[in-house]
Amino acid sequence: MFKQKNYLAVGAVTLAALLLLSLPQRVTARLKLAVGSLFLPLSGLTGTAQQLPADAADQLLPRRELLQEIRNLQQENQALKVQALQNAAMARENEQLRNLFQWKQHAPWKIKLANVVMRDPANWWRTVEIDLGSRDGVTNNLPVLTADGLVGRVSAVWPTHAQVVLIGDPNCRVSAEVENPAHDLGVLFADGTVDTTLANLTDLSGTAVIKPGEEVITSGLGGVFPKGIPVGRIVDSRPVEFGQSTEARIKLGANLGTLEQVGVVFR
Amino acid sequence: MTTQNTTLVYVAAYLAVFGQAALPGARHWLGAQVDLLPALMVYTALHAGLVNLSLLAVLGGLFMDSLSQNPFGVSILPLFLVGYVIFHQRDLVLRDLPFAQFAMGAVASAAVPLLTVLLLLTGGKPLLLDWGTLWQWTVMTAGGAVATPLLFAGFQWFNHVFGYKIRPESSFRPDREIRRHR
Repeated sequence: MFKQKNYLAVGAVTLAALLLLSLPQRVTARLKLAVGSLFLPLSGLTGTAQQLPADAADQLLPRRELLQEIRNLQQENQALKVQALQNAAMARENEQLRNLFQWKQHAPWKIKLANVVMRDPANWWRTVEIDLGSRDGVTNNLPVLTADGLVGRVSAVWPTHAQVVLIGDPNCRVSAEVENPAHDLGVLFADGTVDTTLANLTDLSGTAVIKPGEEVITSGLGGVFPKGIPVGRIVDSRPVEFGQSTEARIKLGANLGTLEQVGVVFR
Repeated sequence: MTTQNTTLVYVAAYLAVFGQAALPGARHWLGAQVDLLPALMVYTALHAGLVNLSLLAVLGGLFMDSLSQNPFGVSILPLFLVGYVIFHQRDLVLRDLPFAQFAMGAVASAAVPLLTVLLLLTGGKPLLLDWGTLWQWTVMTAGGAVATPLLFAGFQWFNHVFGYKIRPESSFRPDREIRRHR
């Protein structure tokens, strides 16, 4: 009797697991959404709990400090307005030059801000969940960035939230370009599982001369990431495969370990 | 295991998975997130029946995979396998000793990620693995080992506070009563 019960349990669990693993991706995505939505109430509670200390601190902040903060922000605002004017002038000049040479116009990025609400509980993936979903117009493969640089791309979308696969995850490969005279091209990979601040730029040509401190941006190749998003700066480089190609380590601009707010780039 | 205890184990699994996803403290400081599901499997394998063990493996695995990039259902088998082996050998385990709980927690926490990664690699999934993975595995093993006796203590405290007290036996026996008659 005991043995029969054992066999039944083992058979039932194995069958359930195999059945779930063999389901089509569309069905498993829906099941994931259904089970994942069980965590939504806790998600909301966590958000409120994180907001409470900040609200309490706001109540305790002295008026003098707030006024000083406002003055600082006003000054910063003025400086940014001047910078925006300069940028607008440069954009006009750029547009005129593009028209002159009949080059294709760049469409400006439309960015929507999102909060990072969860991280992948497994250590062998590098993904986060954000609080924007298909209801906000988010679709698969939209680039995600912070003010410091590229973060990753949207890999799965549900009505109220989306999953973002970060740089360094095996499912997020980015074609990047070194900002040097040769504009060397490479592909971004993870540098390690533990350190999230570094990435590897691989498949650079064997003759590439890469110097520490040079900036790395997205190349625009591959069709997912628009050209020109800052990624990071070169730390060092070394020849690989008997000098046939070069590999460089990059200090990423965005700190992937402490992401709180990101921007989704709409095209 | 009582009904309230069983419910508590499932609630703990739900909270553990949510904590792993929403609180990145351990990942920030140690470079790896500690998984509490193997520790829960150890407790259930040593205290509950096979049905509860299977249910916890299925529910815990589904909770985990719903918040992860893992294929849906991949975490069920490793959890169940570890729980099943402990369940089979539970007569040999001194379950009330913290050292035994620590050791079982370490074994389970080491085996579950290893089996999950093996399953994922068998399925042809490209994973983020290198020498740093060994460090992450060590953190998960040590974290799970430390968490197991704490979980046992927590459940024991819960049972003590919310469970029924054992009624002390009375020395009175009706068959030994001396009946006095006039």
